[in-house]
Amino acid sequence: MTDRLLTIRNLKIEGRSDETWNPIINGVDLDLNRGEVLGLIGESGAGKSTIGLASMGYARDGVRISDGSVEFDGIDLVNASAATKRALLGKRIAYVAQSAAASFNPAHKLIDQHTEAPVQHKVMDRASSVEDGVELYRKLRLPNPEQIGFRYPHQVSGGQLQRAMTAMAMSCRPDLIIFDEPTTALDVTTQIEVLASIRDIVEQFNTAAIYITHDLAVVAQMADKIKVLLRGDEVEEADTRTMLSSPTEDYTKSLWAVRSFHRPEKPAIVTGSTPVVSLKNIDAAYGRVPVLHDVSFDIHPGRTVAVVGESGSGKSTAARCITGLLPPKSGYVEFDGEALPLDYRKRDKMQLRQAQMIYQMADTALNPRKSIGEIIGRPVQFYLGLTGKEKRKRVDQLLDQIELEPSMYYHRLPSELSGGQKQRVGIARALAAEPKFIICDEVTSALDQLVAEGILKLLAKLQDELGLSYMFITHDLATVKSIADEVVVMKDGRVIEQGGKSEMFQPPHHPYTDLLLSSVPEMDPDWLSTVLKERGVDNIGDAAVDKM
Amino acid sequence: MSWWLFIIAALAVVSVYAWVFRTGGRAIRPNNPFFRDMPFTVAFGYMLAMFSVFGAIWLYMQDGAVFFRWAVQGFIIFAIAAFAFRQFGRYVGTAGTRKLFRQMPLTASFGILVIIIYAIFAIFAGAIAPYGQEEILGAANVIPGGDPALGGDPLYPLGTDQIGRDILSRLIFGAQNTVGIAFITTCLAFFIGGSLGFLAATLGGWLDQVLSRAVDVLMAIPALIFALLLMTIASVWANELGIPLTFFMVLIIAVIDSTRVFRLARAVGQNIVVMDYIEAAKLRGEGLGYLVFREILPNATAPLLAEFGLRFCFVFLTIASLSFLGVGIQPPLADWGTMVKQLAPFINFAAFAPLAAVTPLLAAGAIALLTVAVNFVVDWMLHKSSGLKE
Repeated sequence: MTDRLLTIRNLKIEGRSDETWNPIINGVDLDLNRGEVLGLIGESGAGKSTIGLASMGYARDGVRISDGSVEFDGIDLVNASAATKRALLGKRIAYVAQSAAASFNPAHKLIDQHTEAPVQHKVMDRASSVEDGVELYRKLRLPNPEQIGFRYPHQVSGGQLQRAMTAMAMSCRPDLIIFDEPTTALDVTTQIEVLASIRDIVEQFNTAAIYITHDLAVVAQMADKIKVLLRGDEVEEADTRTMLSSPTEDYTKSLWAVRSFHRPEKPAIVTGSTPVVSLKNIDAAYGRVPVLHDVSFDIHPGRTVAVVGESGSGKSTAARCITGLLPPKSGYVEFDGEALPLDYRKRDKMQLRQAQMIYQMADTALNPRKSIGEIIGRPVQFYLGLTGKEKRKRVDQLLDQIELEPSMYYHRLPSELSGGQKQRVGIARALAAEPKFIICDEVTSALDQLVAEGILKLLAKLQDELGLSYMFITHDLATVKSIADEVVVMKDGRVIEQGGKSEMFQPPHHPYTDLLLSSVPEMDPDWLSTVLKERGVDNIGDAAVDKM
Repeated sequence: MSWWLFIIAALAVVSVYAWVFRTGGRAIRPNNPFFRDMPFTVAFGYMLAMFSVFGAIWLYMQDGAVFFRWAVQGFIIFAIAAFAFRQFGRYVGTAGTRKLFRQMPLTASFGILVIIIYAIFAIFAGAIAPYGQEEILGAANVIPGGDPALGGDPLYPLGTDQIGRDILSRLIFGAQNTVGIAFITTCLAFFIGGSLGFLAATLGGWLDQVLSRAVDVLMAIPALIFALLLMTIASVWANELGIPLTFFMVLIIAVIDSTRVFRLARAVGQNIVVMDYIEAAKLRGEGLGYLVFREILPNATAPLLAEFGLRFCFVFLTIASLSFLGVGIQPPLADWGTMVKQLAPFINFAAFAPLAAVTPLLAAGAIALLTVAVNFVVDWMLHKSSGLKE
């Protein structure tokens, strides 16, 4: 029992809204031993981050710990004085936030922020702390460990910044680190190197950690045991291997099953048929910066083409060329075999109507001041000329199609809907124009897995009913596996490889496709170790991408 | 020298009290975070506030502190009125307004109450005022209160001004002139600045450049001096063309203030224009009018309304300043700025005849009260709109 580090008993947390206290966490217990890594998983709103912060004795503004105890190495954190906590936080408990870019102060160099905690807590003097920082950077396999600390946060890439943040958390050699979704904002190829570094350093210093994430495959690599949360309640907790192989609760099983949604393979395209949309040798640029180089691919009627690539690969830019928001420098876009005007302002109503778009962030894609009825009704009126009762009838029909009850949702504002419902409204707005072709730009990446699965199923259903064609932009290969018919892989504005889904997921691949595929975490807890063994520590992440 | 000693001694006494306060609190409630985590400066602040309240009560008891007593009484009366108004709003009206009043801070309900009272006075000035604004009624008698024992005249509750016009009537008509003109001017400024600002944000390119640089040039000249200059030119035109000078004043102030509105509208508009729903509307093929008025404007109302309140105060003060300088609203029309200017000499009597010195403060107080009230409401609206953005 001497190695018990953190004990949480019957933790209850409340948040204040509408002048009352509403429960966020309803009595969660948690035990953590020295050197142990606990994975906290659950959907957004499950209270993962709140528990993470509470284990530091901290509650956000408007949130209070109403009951229960948090004991860190014999110290009662709930009732500790500000002075006691100040001596503890940063020194013995550290926190790594989701967005390193937002958490570093952009006005100071990395090493200056790194040394702040050790110097403040009088663990080391500045000189030895700088030395130690360089050593940590080396351990975390950051390139140029001697120099990288003397850069400003914006001069360092996202994955490197996240590792620098981990180094900063390590600076006082804490007993406990709380990782709050450290890799969620990163690309798969970058994620893998951050994961490897974190796991390495936590093992080396025998640090205990709480790893918060919504990605099961990630937590499987990192954690010794996993706790599943649902709306402030614990669903179950078990050893990682036990949890993955034989979950007991239904909710956990449903989380595990999300990735099993697959669509039946469609027959091959008839050669010689006219594609709905066809990009022909597109070159595009933002100002003088070239973004797309000679991009060509076809999208056939009733099929889904997934465009895959990392951020900055030009996926969204290709979509902007199709919609005409960014007229290409050379090349052209064909619709049903006819070339479209390159600029959307020169296209007529019928041409605009045929290609609709669904956006990644439903929050910014729906006007917050308009009701759902108005949002969906506008294209109905604009394109089909329906007004009054006919318009209402059509909108109700569309709401039915996206599985939202018309009488309940017609008058609501977007702020009164959940993320998944907002995304459904976005789909209905696209459908309202009665298009042939819809561009889905990362439509599921901001959603929880269960909700995302619902959206994917809806899109598949609509495709079968209405014969729609989708261009599906994503960086998540699991999504590609479940919904795509054809796959286009992009890198640095070029199409690297394209073809049918079954060929694409089978070797031989283009080396970059191979890298992408092998970087997707799998539910096997040994996956990360296997990959590292196969590729070697110096051949993952940015290093591997640079070699392409 | 003795003053210095006194201040140091007072600080020492407060420090001792603060120490006793904190230590005592810790002794009585050992594990209460309030006392446990209290820095010494906070304890000091509590004690200083306590002594200030005692000091204020002592001052209130003194015979000579006439103005201070009025201020305290006025403050209490307004607080009670604001509270009663908010209670009233919580139980009367539609569900929406009742909810609004439930979440409203007292300052905002005070502001709204004052604005409503001003609006009533301004709209029904002719019916409420006992005399006309230009009527010369008798001897000048600036003593307010209407108590003959103190030298007042019961016919004129706030006295008569330097040429014998009723001050109460002029104050009420002043609300109509000053506030009414300020309101029209602000609306005009918002119409010009708002529509051009949104247009610049939506279209961008050379139109944005031309408009923004023109606004930069106008903003480079100090506003009041620029207005004075233009008013001097306009007064010549007004005589030649036979158009009232007030008309030119409204135009001049509206154009000068519209530059500030333009800046805000453009900045707010630029943040909205990059949203995906605007892109969706553009791709749908919507026209410029729909984009500006149906997509952008509804999302910009909160900051624009807040700015409207603020801008209204500035316009109102500019008009009062211009009138004070003699080029604004022309006599015999009643205007608060002019009234302050003409009655200002009476302030010299403050030391021995406090009642007579009140006269110029009436109009000044009317200006101050409205400005404070509008700012309270604006603060509340800003707070609300920033909360909604979460």
